[in-house]
Amino acid sequence: MEQLLNYFGENMEMIYFLILAVLLGVEVISNVPAILHTPLMSGANAIHGVVVVGAIIVMLHAAPDNYLALTVGFLAVVMGTLNVVGGFVVTDRMLEMFKKKPKKS
Amino acid sequence: MISLNILEICYLFASLTFVIGLKMLSHPDTARKGNLFAAAGMLVGILATLTLYQTFDPDKMVNYILIGLGLLVGSVIGTVMAKKVKMTAMPQMVSFFNGMGGACAALIAIIEFQHHDPAMVSSLLNGEMLVMLMGLVIGGVSFSGSMVAYGKLEGKIKDKTLPFNQIINNSLFLVIIILIIILMTGQSINNPLFYVLMVLALIYGILFVMPIGGADMPVVISLLNSFTGIAAALGGFLYGNKAMLTGGILVGSAGTILTILMCKAMNRSLLNVLLGAFGGTAGGVGKSA
Repeated sequence: MEQLLNYFGENMEMIYFLILAVLLGVEVISNVPAILHTPLMSGANAIHGVVVVGAIIVMLHAAPDNYLALTVGFLAVVMGTLNVVGGFVVTDRMLEMFKKKPKKS
Repeated sequence: MISLNILEICYLFASLTFVIGLKMLSHPDTARKGNLFAAAGMLVGILATLTLYQTFDPDKMVNYILIGLGLLVGSVIGTVMAKKVKMTAMPQMVSFFNGMGGACAALIAIIEFQHHDPAMVSSLLNGEMLVMLMGLVIGGVSFSGSMVAYGKLEGKIKDKTLPFNQIINNSLFLVIIILIIILMTGQSINNPLFYVLMVLALIYGILFVMPIGGADMPVVISLLNSFTGIAAALGGFLYGNKAMLTGGILVGSAGTILTILMCKAMNRSLLNVLLGAFGGTAGGVGKSA
């Protein structure tokens, strides 16, 4: 238990950061019109693709002869990139569709 | 040392673009720009990690090639899938990409678990282990849940409700928590229970989404979206990586609020949606929405 508390003590700065980010997220999202719910979800989906940065770090850490880590890490990089690239492209297509509608009417 | 400082500044920039991008995404006029803005920040973050995180090490050529290959393969497949998908099939596409992110977070936790140095810790009862295990569980649930949601919206998986589904889910959740406690208080580092935990998390994700009806799927996808965000943030915590932390937690909290807003738009509560398959009558009004 002491170790757990120590960990929290050492990372207090990060924990502050985390809590403030949570509040910021709530604040940023409020007042969003209902039509934008799906594109916003999709955009947020692309943003959490930052995990790919973690996957790249894992790969940079891995020893060149640790084939298991390399294989799993490679998979992680592919999946993370899918999340980022696919997410942003899908969101862009959705929003493109939104833009055309008001012009027609 | 200079390069590491530049890296931190790049992460700061990326974090800022995520916040501002998300803000712009919530207004109709600026939404598209916001998306591109966040994408640009992401690109900076990824490129900075690639070039500045570590001084170039010729011995690790294989690693660099594999990273490059992974980025290339992911980008090509992602772009093709996202461009080809029909407009009506967008939600399941989002769900699919979300699942990929969850899987990525879980895989990171698995590799880090194997790297975990037994000599470094006297006991496993430490925060790093907790962060790792939670990353594994949340990432795993998000992955399998998103895949089921994807399959259901594609019409590949039929709605199925196990008898006593709710009770099974809750007891499974309890088992997962107990396993986390066992893993943390245990002394052996390569505990096979870790993989049992992984499998249970995957099963929980499936059972979690299985009974939820098709009309409520966007809400569930949004919820799983925020799960993946939290998993990404946990990864950021593990590495002390601020870009991952901001991006992840921002999506985690914004996603949760968005989920609640979506429920409100359908005149229902989140609990009602999640239990909809069992409540039956209470969900009847919202089903048409």
